Amino acid sequence: MSGFRARDWQVQPPALTPDYKTTRLRAPSAPLITMPEGCAPESGPVFGQGDLGPLDHDLLQNHVQDGAPIGERILLHGRVLDQEARPVAGTLVEVWQANAGGRYRHRNDRYLAPLDPNFGGCGRTLTDDAGGYRFHTLRPGPYPWPNSDNSWRPAHIHVSIMGSGFPQRLITQLYFEGDPLIPLCPIVQAVPDASAIDRLTARLDLAAASPFDCLAYRFDIVLRGRRASLFENKLEGM
Amino acid sequence: MAKSPLLETASQTAGPYVHIGLAPEIAELTKPLTPLGQSIAGPRVSGERILVRGIIFDGAQDPVTDAMLEIWQADAEGRHAGDDGCAPEFRGWGRVAADFDTGLWHFETIKPGRVGARAPHIALWIVARGINIGLHTRLYFDDETEANEADPVLQSVPDSRKAATLMAQKERDGVYRFDIRLQGPGETVFFDI
Ligand SMILES: [Fe+3]
Repeated sequence: MSGFRARDWQVQPPALTPDYKTTRLRAPSAPLITMPEGCAPESGPVFGQGDLGPLDHDLLQNHVQDGAPIGERILLHGRVLDQEARPVAGTLVEVWQANAGGRYRHRNDRYLAPLDPNFGGCGRTLTDDAGGYRFHTLRPGPYPWPNSDNSWRPAHIHVSIMGSGFPQRLITQLYFEGDPLIPLCPIVQAVPDASAIDRLTARLDLAAASPFDCLAYRFDIVLRGRRASLFENKLEGM
Repeated sequence: MAKSPLLETASQTAGPYVHIGLAPEIAELTKPLTPLGQSIAGPRVSGERILVRGIIFDGAQDPVTDAMLEIWQADAEGRHAGDDGCAPEFRGWGRVAADFDTGLWHFETIKPGRVGARAPHIALWIVARGINIGLHTRLYFDDETEANEADPVLQSVPDSRKAATLMAQKERDGVYRFDIRLQGPGETVFFDI
């Protein structure tokens, strides 16, 4: 056990979710072993602006060859907090996604939708002091995947958050408010709780839109908090 | 004072295209992002240079060819990056991806030292298609018998055959092999940390 709050298995997906077929051969069958007190890592890697390029957060610009990428321009923004609602500042947030047609710029993606020469589909940034992050990107398209003979992923953006310690490490996916594919997707439905699925849904944030430029969606992220004892002994007053 | 905590954001699988975001060199994406996590210990960091390699197997004993691993470890003196005295070139963190055809992954680093009572070890975090929430495991070294016998994490594993799944085998000087089995006979121990 680390100095972080225990994982909340009401919220987190179990390893085995048979409707998502690949889990059948990849889910460990034994329960996780709780690491003894004081043995889990408490820290994790730290990143600085020197690790990033100037356009890393701007997917509308960072792969431009001969013009702007095609699709619905959006600002994706939000905050990274811990369970005590404290900002997780200076943490690395990385995103990857399909283009507007639902195709990834990846050697193994052979979907017939075309690549967009001006869209790479990946970005990263560091959160600010308030835990805030911002990406400019496109709304990705849905795409088919070989789970059953007619499976489609809802439009989604993959999000990786480093956190302030290795136990906080999280990869998730954000979805878009109102997408009718959300309730049909076994990857989404691996999450056992409807409100937890709701919190994976980015909300239209019209107030943050740039008129005549891009719409905005808001997606807040909550990482495991620190356990109270450690909180009082070590972190309070930092 | 005691407010109820916020609820965690749920994990979702990294999926098969994790590389374009986190390991662009594997996806053969030369732009826009420069890779992170390729140097765990820079050339001037002292310690025994080692290579660790292995394959992740699924329940059908097939190699998992889309997995990505993250590595977090102490330096040869048992210090993590950011601890007092730790060399600036020592990041202690890295990323590697399985080969798309063979599933083989490997990384070069320095052998970590003991941290207090704990035997030398490397923390690994595994994501892939079909893994709903990243799996934490630990790599120990089979040539550290004495330290391993006293290690509280290894002791916490109830069955010695299971503890053996956490042991990297020395193939030759400086080269260790660590295969991971997600399911079935010899299933690797995974931790709730
Ligand atoms: Fe995807």
